[in-house]
Parts: sequence; structure tokens; C-alpha cells
Amino acid sequence: MLEYIKRIPPVFSLLIWISLWEIAGRLELAFILPPFSDVVEQLFILIGRGDFQSAALQTFKAFVIGMTIAIVVGITIGFMMGTSKVANNVLGMWVNIFASAPLSSLVPVLMLLFGLGQTTIVVTVVLFSTWIIALDTYAGVYHISPSLKEMGRSFQATRWQLLTKVLFWAALPEILAGCRLGLIRAVKGIVIGQLLVSIVALGRFFRTFSDNFQFEEFWALTIILFIFALSFSSILGYFEHKVEYYAKDRI
Amino acid sequence: MSSANATNSLHDATSVDQDNVAEVRNLTKFYGEDIHALDSVNLSFPRGQMTTLLGPSGCGKTTMLKIIAGLLDATSGQVLINGKEVNSPGPERAFVFQDFALLPWATVLRNVAFGLELKGVPRAEREEKARHYIDEVGLTGVESKYPHELSGGMRQRVGLARALVVNADVLLMDEPFSAVDEQNRRKFQEDLLHLLAAEKKSVIFVTHSIEEAVYVSDQIVLLSPRPGRIHSIIRPEISHDAEPDAIRRDKNYLDTIEEIWSELRKYLD
Amino acid sequence: MTTDTSTELARMPKSEKILGIYYLTFYQILSVVVVFVLWEIAGRYPISPAFPTFSATMYALFEMIFDGRMIAAFAETLKPLAIGVTISAVFGVFLGVSMGLNRLFQWFWEPIFVVLQASPVAALIPLITYAYGIGLAAKTVAVIMLAAPIIVLNSYKAVRHASPSLIQMCRSFQGTRLQEIVIVIVPNAAPVIFAGLRLGVAAGFIGVILAELLITPTGIGDLITYHRSIAEYNYMYAAVFTVILFSSVMVGMLETAEIKYFRPEKKKGR
Repeated sequence: MLEYIKRIPPVFSLLIWISLWEIAGRLELAFILPPFSDVVEQLFILIGRGDFQSAALQTFKAFVIGMTIAIVVGITIGFMMGTSKVANNVLGMWVNIFASAPLSSLVPVLMLLFGLGQTTIVVTVVLFSTWIIALDTYAGVYHISPSLKEMGRSFQATRWQLLTKVLFWAALPEILAGCRLGLIRAVKGIVIGQLLVSIVALGRFFRTFSDNFQFEEFWALTIILFIFALSFSSILGYFEHKVEYYAKDRI
Repeated sequence: MSSANATNSLHDATSVDQDNVAEVRNLTKFYGEDIHALDSVNLSFPRGQMTTLLGPSGCGKTTMLKIIAGLLDATSGQVLINGKEVNSPGPERAFVFQDFALLPWATVLRNVAFGLELKGVPRAEREEKARHYIDEVGLTGVESKYPHELSGGMRQRVGLARALVVNADVLLMDEPFSAVDEQNRRKFQEDLLHLLAAEKKSVIFVTHSIEEAVYVSDQIVLLSPRPGRIHSIIRPEISHDAEPDAIRRDKNYLDTIEEIWSELRKYLD
Repeated sequence: MTTDTSTELARMPKSEKILGIYYLTFYQILSVVVVFVLWEIAGRYPISPAFPTFSATMYALFEMIFDGRMIAAFAETLKPLAIGVTISAVFGVFLGVSMGLNRLFQWFWEPIFVVLQASPVAALIPLITYAYGIGLAAKTVAVIMLAAPIIVLNSYKAVRHASPSLIQMCRSFQGTRLQEIVIVIVPNAAPVIFAGLRLGVAAGFIGVILAELLITPTGIGDLITYHRSIAEYNYMYAAVFTVILFSSVMVGMLETAEIKYFRPEKKKGR
């Protein structure tokens, strides 16, 4: 029996957890935990609502803008750290401070400075995700085999050629991993922002549902966000897989 | 077999008007403040010949090679290529790396053509040249494979083809076969000689294997460590026309190896 | 081959000092000074009424330290943090190690923890109040929610990646499974487990601040929200500043301890 279970892909254990959720809900073990099936029902209703769709779209646009900025800035900082000792020490200090600090404490500050709209979401995304992207990019650059760089120089590659034809690709597996982690942090940042400002967009939904004890809807919204985070994470995971063929082979 | 023993004067084993593809003059290199890798070395590398730098670890052979390649800065002294002083990499020199240094995300074809790609040579032209040298090194058929699909020996052939494609005057080879297994290594040495004879290339070769040095070289520069200095220069007089296996049992060959070994063992740690 | 053969890094020798301190540390301190100066200047420009100057913020900070508010606030905040992290550490390491040693455990627990780590669990924090009220318990749960997944997954990975050759060596000398676990696997996995604990502490701190901002203000979270509500922005910023400062110092200390006791080969000085 045990052997048989081990051969099922681990993801399926989630089905067991979901069944437990369903059972707990039906037995009304905790009033904050409605049956999973009711949550799923509300999920579909929620997706269909016009006001939800526009709130989600708004948030998504800000998310994309923020992620783009974070990726560009983060990769640049990571490369600077990886190629200059001074940059590594100075920038590295700041990056490390912000990578593990409770950035949620800064969200009230952001809201004061940037208001309650799109701008704050963009800034939140940038704030939450840039640091891990920079750190992973730096790790990728740091581990590039010195002889690969020497090889480029021996064929008289310009700095730009070295960067774009060698360094970037050599560090790409780590860069993608960093982007994936940055993405997850960005979603967390958005959620925190929305929870703290429960007046607009998705935050308003959270507040409404929790104030009115609409737990099915609350969980539905939460699961939508969870799925969003996990799907994006998987997309990047797919790209990471595509470069895997050479990632392990780097000297 | 002839040897010349002297340390800090200008060395070459033949006449003064010998055409030298490369020269180093008073080359000194310090790493930090205490590591004296090279001490005022003077050396000439005759065109069309294979000169090997041989010695125990710490004798400065790889350091010298990389300085000649322009990948390292000397603390003082000059490097001349074709009579002109250089201090950075240039098209007259091509380097072959000990750990192959292939782009793992690129195919064999792209790797071999890499030097030309950096120079902006159009794709069709550089791929054609690359294919020619891929054939020359015996890798026909693997153009679309990736480095991780190749054995160590095959990867080094790619590295060699890449260095040949750019048509440099001198090939700089840094212990190119040390990461290749023994059986392939011997085959490589034999193939290399054929290839170089056909291409008429000048080569500066670094190795720590005495047998390898004696087998392939026209002249061997023995370096002593700490600080790196020239100990002696040896010209193995071995005819490469004979069968490889016969050469490896030839008396001259074996005597030269023994002589070098007895010189070098003094420097063992 | 020696370090110099690669790139043009480190033109300046490591031992050079400016004003008696290593030049790299000097640049770090300089960057901090620059940031504070820019902050001061930006604060004086009328960008926004809600942006106090650096000096005003520091004034507020020292006032709060000297009248004891800051210490009291930290004590309040650290309570759920300490309890939550301890619980997460004990159960988390145990669970993670079990997952690493037992395939069935891994099958059952790994996916759920991977999901938890990737998901914005902050969304669930408002729900905690319904189950645990607004006191210490709720905040401790928030800490556990954020710290446990990281600790579990790190401990699990640490055990999974324990050196196979060491394990085989132990078996070749007929060690029992228990000896294998206690003498080989756990010590071998200790560095990564400790790294997980460090990350867990950082995550737990994030959790407690979140809880203080979202559930009921106590401790530092209270300082932030209270002063915002009465528009004393320099006090609010001072509280935020201490949060960042505390986090950096804490993580820095944990990292130093980690390198000193577990990974001497990673000491700075590349």
C-alpha cells in the first residue's frame, strides 16, 4: 500500500488536504472554514462579477508595470554587484537590508506619499521584488566560470558583447529563479497593500467579506490570489526548466 | 638532444635573425606583495614551431602564457607579438583553455564560430569556416550538439577548432589535455601534430607532463618556481615521421624525458 | 590558479585604509551618510506634507527611546515573535527532518508547505482574529503562519541533501539507522537548518508586524498607526526606521553566528 502511494505524484496529496477541508467544513468544525465546495462555487461567482474584474484588472496592470521595473532594476543592480567589488559591498549592504526586512512596515509610508491608487501598487511591487531579483542575479554572475569570461576577452569581445553574449546567458538560470521569487514576493506585497488600504480595489472586497462574515467569498478571493501567484510562479518555472539543460553543465 | 643552460639573457636556440612570432622581455609578475610568479624572464618563440613551457606548479608557466595572451597584466616587462608590443588580447593570438570554456547554451557550430561572431562576420561565412575546422578536428556530424552531450575529449576539439577558425598567428594552449582521459590524451597529441603541420601554426604550449612536452615540442623551456625563472631550454631531436608508438620507445625520446625529470625533481615540494 | 587571473576586480588592495577603516567599510558608511543627507534635503522640499526630514525623524526617535516608549513597544512586539518562532522552530525542524527521512511524510506534507510558502498568506491574517481574538495568541499564530513553512522546507531540503557518501560510509561500518540520523545526517544538515531558522526569524518578524498593522495595534505597529492617525509623521517614520534597523541588525547577527559556527569557509574576504 505504502509503495503504491509513493508512486503517485506528490501534488496529489493536496487532494487529500482539500478533502479534509471539505469534511471539516461540512462538519462545521470552525465557522471560519466553510466547505471547500461552497468556496469553489463562490469563486466562480466572484470571477464573473464586473466590479471584481475591473478591480483585478487594475491591480494586474500595476503589477505588470511594477514587475518590469523591478526586473530591470534588480538585474542591473545584481550585475553591478557581481562585477565590481565596491558595488558589491555598498549595494549589497542595502539590498540585504531590504531583502529580509518587514517591508510591510513601509507600506503605510508609501500610502502616505503616493496615495491610494495605482502608483502605490506599482511602488509596492517594486519595493517587494527588486531585492531578491538583485541577490539572485548577483549569485548567478558571481558563479560564472572565470575561464568563460577570459575566453570572451581572449577573442577581444567588447564589454557590451561580453555582457550580452556571455554573462547574461551564463547567469540566466539564477536570474529566472530570482524573478520567480520576486514575483511571489510582489504578490504578497500587493495583498498586504490591499489589506492595509481596504478602501479601493481588491482591498475593498477583503474588507467587505470579512466585515460581513462572508467567509466563502473571502476564501474564494484568497484562493484566486493564491492561484494567481502559483500560476505565474509556474510560468517562470517553465522557463527555468528550458535553460536547465545547460544550467548544471556550467563549469 | 641539445640544451642551453643560462638564466637571464635573451634566449633562442638558433640564429639572431630568427623570425619570432612572440617575445617576452624582462617579464616580471608579482601577485600581491609576496608571490613572485615571474622574475625578469626573457624568451623568444620562433615562428612555425611549438614551444612548450614546462615546470612544476608555481613556476609561472600559466602566468606567462596568460600575460602573452593579454589576459593578465605583467608587473613590468614587455610582450611583443610580430615585433610589436601588446598589452591586451588581439587577433594575432588565440587561446585554448584547460577547462574548454565552451558556451554551454550554444551548439558546437556556434561555439566554433564564436570568435568570428564577435568580429561581426556574417553568419553564412562564419558557419562555413566553422564547418571546415570542425571537420579538421574530426568532429564532423556533431555540429548541432550541445557541450553537455559531448565527452571531454570532444569538447576540447571544439575549443581547438574555435581557436583555429580565427586564423591567428600563434596558438596559446593552457594544459589543453589535462582534463581529458589518458587514452584520448595520446590520440590528441598525435592528431594535434598532424593538424599543426598542415596549418603551419606557431604554438606556445603549457603542460606539466614531461612525456607530452617531449612528444609534441620543437623546444621545451624548463621553468623553475619561486620565483619563476628559466632553468634551461631543450630541443628534443625527435623525428615525427616515425610511427607514434615507435617514437614513444625511441631512445632519444626516453633519454630526454629522463634528463628533464632529473632536473625538475629538485623542485618538488 | 590564483585569483587574479579572472577579471579586473579589486584594483585596490584589500588592506588599504582610509581614515583608519578599511576602504570598503568606508564606502558603506559613506553610502549611509549620503542617504541620510538626501533624506534631509528631500524632507525640506515641499514634496508632500507627510515627508519629515531625517533630523525630525531622529529627534522623534531619540525622544521615544528616552521616554521608554520604544523599549516598551519592542518588548510588546517581541513577545509573539519569540514564542511563535520557538514553536515554529521546534515543530518545524522536527517535521522537516521527518519529511527528509520518510518518503510518505514528504509526499503528504511537501506540496502543502510549498503552496503555503508561495502564497500570500497575509491574506489569511484577518481571519485569524475570528479564531484567536486580538491578543497574543492571534499574533503568535501570524508569526507561525509565516515562519513555519520556511523552517520546514529548509530542514527538509537539508536532510534530503545530506552527503550520500557520508551516509554510505556510516552504513559500511554497520551503523544503525538511528546512529545514521543522529551522528551523520543531522550534523551534516545543521548549517542549512540553521539558515532556515534565520530565514524563519526574519519571516516571523514580518508576520508580527503585519499582525500589528492588520489586527490590533500593539508594540511597534501601534507606534506606526497611532502617530499616523495624529499626523505626527516624524514619529511614525521613526518607528518604521527602527523596524528596518532592528531587522538588519538581527539578521546580520544571525548570519555572523551562522558563518562562525557552521560555515567557516564562507567568511567574507573574497
